[in-house]
Amino acid sequence: MDTPIVERTLDVAPDEAQRMPVTFQINGEKRHFEVEAWTSLLDLLREHCHLTGTKKGCDHGQCGACTAIVDGQRINTCLALAVVRDGASITTIEGLAEGDRLHPVQQAFIDHDAFQCGYCTPGQICSAVAMLAEGHVKCADDIREQMSGNLCRCGAYTNIVAAMLDAADLADGQPDAQGACS
Amino acid sequence: MNRFSYTRANAVADAIAQHRANAAAAFIAGGTNLVDLLREDVARPKVLVDINRLPLKQIEATPDGGLKIGALVTNSAVAYNETVAARYPLLADAILAGASAQIRNVATVGGNLLQRTRCHYFYDVGTPCNKREPGSGCPAMNGINRIHAILGASDQCIAVHPSDMCVALAALDATVHLDGKDGARTLAFADFHRLPGDTPNLDTNLRDDELITAIELPKQGFASHHAYVKVRDRASYAFALVSAALGVELDGDDIVAAHCALGGVAHKPWRCPEAEAQLRGKPLNAATVREFAAALLRGAQGRPGNAFKIDLARRVIARAFELATQRSFEEAAS
Repeated sequence: MDTPIVERTLDVAPDEAQRMPVTFQINGEKRHFEVEAWTSLLDLLREHCHLTGTKKGCDHGQCGACTAIVDGQRINTCLALAVVRDGASITTIEGLAEGDRLHPVQQAFIDHDAFQCGYCTPGQICSAVAMLAEGHVKCADDIREQMSGNLCRCGAYTNIVAAMLDAADLADGQPDAQGACS
Repeated sequence: MNRFSYTRANAVADAIAQHRANAAAAFIAGGTNLVDLLREDVARPKVLVDINRLPLKQIEATPDGGLKIGALVTNSAVAYNETVAARYPLLADAILAGASAQIRNVATVGGNLLQRTRCHYFYDVGTPCNKREPGSGCPAMNGINRIHAILGASDQCIAVHPSDMCVALAALDATVHLDGKDGARTLAFADFHRLPGDTPNLDTNLRDDELITAIELPKQGFASHHAYVKVRDRASYAFALVSAALGVELDGDDIVAAHCALGGVAHKPWRCPEAEAQLRGKPLNAATVREFAAALLRGAQGRPGNAFKIDLARRVIARAFELATQRSFEEAAS
């Protein structure tokens, strides 16, 4: 679907701003915007698309709450300028389920009670979905390393790792004496 | 965030011309450091020249047996490249020790070389900083300096270069390919970054309007005996307090050649060719490692917050030799 959407931005008077036309495929839908050069992909998702599942935590790339999947790769949307990413295909937490059927990683988070306050959860889940697609994890320690860009201040890590092991269909393996995952 | 205008370049010459057209222009590639600096008011370009469409995304073999990596290849793409993993595992290990998966997916090779220090005072525009505002002072000298330099610092600046990848590139004797208004040129990796001296505002020897186009690795990748050892305040996703990138070539128990660069200790990856030359032909044992560490760390100066790094660096070097050569040099660290 090709829906032209032009919205006013919030942070500058229109006559001062250079506006750039950009187009994104967001959760399967093609959408057009005009944005200032300094609009981050995170602000575009939240303020222009009202897709507020993607969270603003630190706005410095340190916490991972803003993680979305852009052109197949997990990235910090707070550190991406929308104009630079023009043309990208974006999947946010809102785009993971198929109708009423949750993505297996979403279901695993519920099954394992893998959150408390939930603020980091959309970023954790998007990061985990992309991580499993990357194919570099074989055990719990791999998951801990590969997920280090997603912080959980509630400290729900134990259940987050359990959820990901479940979603990845991995046993709770620890590295053996040689350092390889068992 | 500061306001700026934005242009896109489609060719290297186009990018350089657009950069030249405005004195306050900055190139943007992955932007994982630059966007943060813009948001913090540390970087103040008037124009961003987007170079992401330039054809600098190839990893290709060179005629003399090396490997040339385009400046726009992402850190992840380098680390998981089959040739890099097989022939330059030291580089792959260093990259994967840095940042997070999200950042490695976006950050580029060229941008990694140009990332700025994470000195707290450099980032805090409410404090003086000789690197950010030359002549304004350096609060790190007598302030919070746990993460700061023990080698090569000046009375103007004790910041350290934050990269892991660059420490491996230094140890591997990489070459930096540049292009600019006066044409293309190359710099040895050791000549790319600068020590702070009286001009701590300059991190590198890149000329005005010059663009990094590629990194070239020589044939020798130390695939048989290598180690990247990184010590930091948490298990993952933190900058190095001290790191060491080591490649060793052995003939039995004798050292044929060894390259060792340290991260987290200076304004650039720290190497000492004279100390490495002394290793040639020496038997690989604890005394050799201990003497080498002492030579590499000669002149190290600690401050109240970071004096621990001198002893830590000795131990990190010894650990790197242990891991690279599958031997034990416990007494070398003491």
